Amino acid sequence: MSGLANEPAVDRAGEREIVLRDIRLMGDRQAVDIRFADGRIAAIGATAVAEADPQAQILDVAGRIGLPGLVDLHTHLREPGREDAETIETGCQAAALGGYTAVHAMANTQPVADTAGVVEQVWRRGREVGLCDVIPVGAVTIGLSGERLAELAAMAESAARVRVFSDDGICVSDPLLMRRALEYVKAFDGVIAQHAQEPRLTVEAQMNEGALSGELGLTGWPAVAEEAIIARDVLLAEHVRSRLHVCHLSTRGSVEVVRWAKARGIDVTAEVTPHHLMLTEELARSYDPLYKVNPPLRTVDDVHAVREGLADGTIDIVATDHAPHAHEDKDCEWGAGAFGMLGLQTAIGVVAATMVEPGHLTWADVAQRMSVVPARIGRVEGQGRPLAVGEPANMVIIDPDAPWLVSADQMASRSQNTPFVEHTLPASVWATFLRGRPTVLSGALV
Amino acid sequence: MKHLLSASDLTRDDAVSLLDTAAELASVTDRAVKKLPTLRGRTVANLFFEDSTRTRLSFEAAAKRLSADVITFTAKGSSVSKGETLKDTALTLEAMGAQVIVLRHHASGAAQRLAQSGWIEASVINAGDGTHEHPTQALLDAYTLRQHLREGAGDLEGLSVVIVGDILHSRVARSNVALLTTLGARVTLVAPPTLVPVGVQTWPCEVSFDLDEALVGADAVMMLRVQTERMTAAYFPSVHEYSRRYGLDSARAARMPDHAVVLHPGPMNRGMEITAEVADGPRALIVDQVANGVSVRMAVLYHVLSSQEGAP
Repeated sequence: MSGLANEPAVDRAGEREIVLRDIRLMGDRQAVDIRFADGRIAAIGATAVAEADPQAQILDVAGRIGLPGLVDLHTHLREPGREDAETIETGCQAAALGGYTAVHAMANTQPVADTAGVVEQVWRRGREVGLCDVIPVGAVTIGLSGERLAELAAMAESAARVRVFSDDGICVSDPLLMRRALEYVKAFDGVIAQHAQEPRLTVEAQMNEGALSGELGLTGWPAVAEEAIIARDVLLAEHVRSRLHVCHLSTRGSVEVVRWAKARGIDVTAEVTPHHLMLTEELARSYDPLYKVNPPLRTVDDVHAVREGLADGTIDIVATDHAPHAHEDKDCEWGAGAFGMLGLQTAIGVVAATMVEPGHLTWADVAQRMSVVPARIGRVEGQGRPLAVGEPANMVIIDPDAPWLVSADQMASRSQNTPFVEHTLPASVWATFLRGRPTVLSGALV
Repeated sequence: MKHLLSASDLTRDDAVSLLDTAAELASVTDRAVKKLPTLRGRTVANLFFEDSTRTRLSFEAAAKRLSADVITFTAKGSSVSKGETLKDTALTLEAMGAQVIVLRHHASGAAQRLAQSGWIEASVINAGDGTHEHPTQALLDAYTLRQHLREGAGDLEGLSVVIVGDILHSRVARSNVALLTTLGARVTLVAPPTLVPVGVQTWPCEVSFDLDEALVGADAVMMLRVQTERMTAAYFPSVHEYSRRYGLDSARAARMPDHAVVLHPGPMNRGMEITAEVADGPRALIVDQVANGVSVRMAVLYHVLSSQEGAP
């Protein structure tokens, strides 16, 4: 065993070393050289070139920025069940192009990932594709029905090593069931990732509730429906001394509740999506379901609050909630449209635009929020590691000065529902390496 | 005017001009042969995803009086009930030659989406979209108010109109707030707080929870239908309590100024939001509203079709 938990069992003998010249690790001002060999970082600095194998492939990075490969805690790959919208292969292509070396595949597939069999199938298919590590998320309850716990330990002990459990798309709203789930996963260091949505307060909800929903005649999804569940769950997590992860937090009130919980010492982490960092409910005026997502796009004030929360660490990570939908599920009236947006390919560009360019985060901070901490929350081995000799060579190279105009046909996903069409994002992914092997070079799949 | 999607798209001049056209066309209704050749050879499609006999018949009558050909698709017994999408149904109707699609749909924004999605070239008239808008209803209400309180001319400057009932779910209320205020009226919404939308303070109108107070000095009161599904969804404790606080009975109506009129978009729940005495009483203009609906829809069809290329 190599010790890299997710490394596919392939013969790496004869694979060429790679030397990256003139790379700014973690956004340092000073550029260095770095060499990958046998899936790991073999050298950093002068010896990277001096002691390289004569056959080594040498790439001039020209001062671009190297971060540990990104880790997404919240991805919908749709396989099994909706391969017309996305497959593990196309989703992993989008992930690699977005700089990701690991993604957590959400459980709301058909069949639901609520047994060891299904999670192992997803995990194996990810290994076959080999573009990034696919780490299945297990359902909390059987069939996402919110009634009985799924066999969480069986999923944890399977080859897929599930640590994150979520009924994402549906809230575990029964407080007793949520308490039991939080308690039960302590046995194997798991975490419950809650989709915080009080179901009775959001019956038939279509968009953020406020003056605009009243004007547009769309049923409101009030902020309190999210905040009330988060408040309940942090208190439950405190009571049973377990850890809680809050999915796609979207309101100012939610940021305040999590801030309060952390100050109290509660073991809670939270994520925000790129779309909630950039877009607002005003887009619903078009009645174009491209902008329909759950939780909904909120107000400008909420956008400012989640940016502040991400900057000060109240929100731990950015997670994409990449949600591919077939064309016909978006090419319709708002009410009939599906909830969800693509996110993997555009995430780093959106974070650059909303957090790095305005000075809220450094690139080293971005590495924490998009790689190191998501890997830690998911207890993922071999990902989100420091860029140091001996560590797995998982890396994204970002060109911070390569603006790109997003268009739907650039999406590697089987679906094209990106809400960032026509947006110019300031940074792009130049290369991605998974255990020393390039998956993306010069912005294209290898 | 390529489309009519929302009452708030209409300026005061647009609205007055539509009402003036409706008044001219109304004179046709008084003739022995109730038909004008204006839209001969043009095709109007009524696409009704939601049942609405009165609005559908009103649009049909309007189109026929202008000599247009009419195709009607309704939810029951058509491809719509077999799960055909809005997009496909609209494409089908356009392929059959429809130049105007009159759309009633349960999804808010459906008419705007149909008009702006690039699916079709035809004009779209919103005949009610979810809980969003019902602009021709607002036009016929404005027409009726103008006819009875402003001698059938000009705008509604200075009129005080009270709209009572399920504001939250009412497309009639939204369109009327937009149109009546554009025409210069002062609108007061009255409802139990559970049936008032969040953010209503940003609307160009007053809101009251007290019907008796709001009726003082009102020139008109419009009673909205309370859908049966609201009656069991905790918006108010009981039909009786609703009727007592927000229903219009003859005692309440008697406290209104002598000239004040009563409107209802129909269909009515007699005994719920309005008593039979008031509905059939001298202040009620409910039958006038229905007649005016045909004239107003003739005017809308005329304005929309004459904006198209090659229009007669």
